Amino acid sequence: MAAEDVLLFVNAATASTGQREFHTDAAEQAISLEFLHEYMLVNYRELYAASLALGINDHNATLAIRRLLATGRDATAEQKRVEGALIARRLLLLPPPRVFRLFKALQRDGVNNRRTRAIVRDWMQALESPAFHAVKYRSGFKAGLKHTHTDIGDGELRDFLFGPLQRKPYTTRILETWRQAHYNSGALYNLPYTVAEGFAAKHGIKREVFLSRIGDRMTPLEKLRGGEEPLDPLELVYGTAKYCGPPAPWLTRLAVRILAMPLDERAASRAKLTRSLRSWAAHEAGELAGTWGRVTAVLDDSFSSFGSPVKRRRPLAVAVACHFLLEALAAPGEYTPLWISGHDDPLLTYPSGATPLGLRIIDALETAPERIVVVSDGWDNSPPGLAAEVLRVWRERLDPARRVDVVHVNPVFDAAALDVRALSRTVPSVGIRDAEDLVPLVELAQFAQGRVGLPELMRYLDGRVRRFLGAS
Amino acid sequence: MPPDMRIDLEGLVSGPSQVWGALRLVPLLRAEPVENLRLHSVAYGDAQRSRVQLTNTVSYYSYIPHGFVADWNRDAGDRQESAAYGTQVLAKDGAVQSMPVHFHRRMTQKQGKRRVRFLPLHLALEGYLALHFGGPTIAWREWSDRVIRHGLSPRTEAAYRGAVVPGLQDALRVFEIHEGQCGVLLYTGDTLAAAFVAPHPDDYRELHPTLLLDMYGELVYQYALMMPAVQEFTVHLDADRIDSLAGMRTAAAEQSRMWTRFHDTVMANALLEHEYTAERAYQMGDFDLTRFRPTFKPGEENHIGEAITDGAGRIAYLKTFRLSEAQIRRGYLLELLATHDWRLARAAASIGATSEDLRGRIRAAGFEMMLREKEK
Repeated sequence: MAAEDVLLFVNAATASTGQREFHTDAAEQAISLEFLHEYMLVNYRELYAASLALGINDHNATLAIRRLLATGRDATAEQKRVEGALIARRLLLLPPPRVFRLFKALQRDGVNNRRTRAIVRDWMQALESPAFHAVKYRSGFKAGLKHTHTDIGDGELRDFLFGPLQRKPYTTRILETWRQAHYNSGALYNLPYTVAEGFAAKHGIKREVFLSRIGDRMTPLEKLRGGEEPLDPLELVYGTAKYCGPPAPWLTRLAVRILAMPLDERAASRAKLTRSLRSWAAHEAGELAGTWGRVTAVLDDSFSSFGSPVKRRRPLAVAVACHFLLEALAAPGEYTPLWISGHDDPLLTYPSGATPLGLRIIDALETAPERIVVVSDGWDNSPPGLAAEVLRVWRERLDPARRVDVVHVNPVFDAAALDVRALSRTVPSVGIRDAEDLVPLVELAQFAQGRVGLPELMRYLDGRVRRFLGAS
Repeated sequence: MPPDMRIDLEGLVSGPSQVWGALRLVPLLRAEPVENLRLHSVAYGDAQRSRVQLTNTVSYYSYIPHGFVADWNRDAGDRQESAAYGTQVLAKDGAVQSMPVHFHRRMTQKQGKRRVRFLPLHLALEGYLALHFGGPTIAWREWSDRVIRHGLSPRTEAAYRGAVVPGLQDALRVFEIHEGQCGVLLYTGDTLAAAFVAPHPDDYRELHPTLLLDMYGELVYQYALMMPAVQEFTVHLDADRIDSLAGMRTAAAEQSRMWTRFHDTVMANALLEHEYTAERAYQMGDFDLTRFRPTFKPGEENHIGEAITDGAGRIAYLKTFRLSEAQIRRGYLLELLATHDWRLARAAASIGATSEDLRGRIRAAGFEMMLREKEK
């Protein structure tokens, strides 16, 4: 029972970001997540903390950290020690904006115990360039310092944040640039993009001029989001733009970006894009490349893979990224992709049509693979329920020895059912956020089938936690 | 003498249904699109009410969110007007945004050589409203002066706009349109609410959201509001009889056929196995735009609607409206009186009731103004 609950939580916390999905809206997602977090915290505190090591997404990681820090008094000393290490490690993996948002949330919640203060202080003191963060995330930085009474010494950074702004000049370069940007419109182009944006408005600089000059100060993600001058996906691969923060899962992001391009453009630079996705996938596969044997993938590009206006084509992008990753993982020439719509060019897919998942799974079984990976939101509707029946009969009658390993990865959290939508009881379904997590998720999927009990799961989690903490 | 018709969905195969709450949508798939006929929609802006002039003396007021334009004989010239891509707001109607009342000359109006504009469903509903609109043909003593002089005017009926039917918007949004889909049957609480068929898959794709602008009967609204979620008809494969993948495929295909058969004979039979009284509204080339009404039977499913049929009577376009029980009763009473030459006693005798009973029913149906008060 416990193993099932934990996996259910991990599925939800991996797939859901609390944003609107194709079938459920943001409020439903948030309520379901809220419930799952609370349930885990109360019933399986250690496993809840351990899930921070399991690649749950950033949104859920911050939710979990908030809850763990707020309820320290219910934990034993040993629990606290492990939690503290896990939280500290996870904070280092979070993008800075999320961390500062977390600090602000802690301030709002009035969570200010000794452990919280120590964790925040350690994180802030471990920053490579506190001045940069102080400029770029000023309010969050200040909130974190104030809330936890962190001492940053008597230097100019303190004056910058808390003083009456009389010091001039600053000796730290970025602080000095920031000071100059107040009256010198040329200086602002040396500031981070988000800060420079404010100064540009202050100086009345035209948006086009600003964007053309700030270009190389934008992080790739800012370029991705900027929209006005969308980033060439190839630049992402060989990009030189400065990026502060942890390495990002570029394979899926690249897929998202490519799917946002009009079909004509995609067709025009098809070869180049395919090459770059392949090289990125090979990089992600690493030493596992070519070790998965004969693989067949069933990839969902039905209309529901559009996702929602806030997660545009996310499920489809995950499918495209998984396609390239599986191609790299499978033995050379032993990989068969089967798209739901029947199209065969992953770069030219678009969400359309119904989901005849069952029929495609029959097609997949006919290729006699060693492993089948289904990437789908699980809304099997043409005809409804055929996929479940096909898999059941396959397991009962045609393959009782389980020669073929079938796993379903689902990029969409179904808020109403409190889990990702499963295909069948005989096949494990796991939530996925970024295609890069495919390998550990397939590893995790063996527990989802209920064949392996809680002790094994605990051992596995211990291993993951040790690896996670050891990697710091 | 109006010809009788049946709804002939030949060429359309019902596909697997998709369920959202109490709503079920069954796609209708065409292997071959209907040639030479295309539909697209004309948006009429946010005019609160529109008036349609039928003849010089009779007008029809309603909220009309959109109109359909049918093009036919696309391939024989007339190319400029035959595109069915994206909702087109015609320049002529461009100024309607600020006008409180939009004036449509007729229900069906010629717009160019091979193109006609008609107001979907309003055409059918107007046919229902105009039923025996002139009132009694013989001035028997039981009828009031008013109905003798002015007929049944004004006749009103209320309907719900699709946007207020609970869940319909979401159901249409999450519905995954099939390849080659040309129509849909909409069920609420597993009773047929509306049918919609377009001649071409592209037309359907474009007009799919207009289901939200259509009118729906009272029953549809209530069922969508109150009925619990309906079940999916999931496939069941018999494991003992399958020993290969090919066998599995055959069994799956058999299950799909079973669903189609079940749907056509059990779920949609109230629409398909009825005789309708048809009335031609417009003729365009080989195609007839007709509106039809059922033989009103209280206590049963009754749909009115409009259709474009080709020379062989096959449906190229179809839109139906499910009448509420009260609407069926009104239609039934009018038909009953008309078939007995508006003689109250004879009509009452034919259904085994007394005149007084029938009077009561006429009053209850909202036609009190028809009866002469003094004649008790």
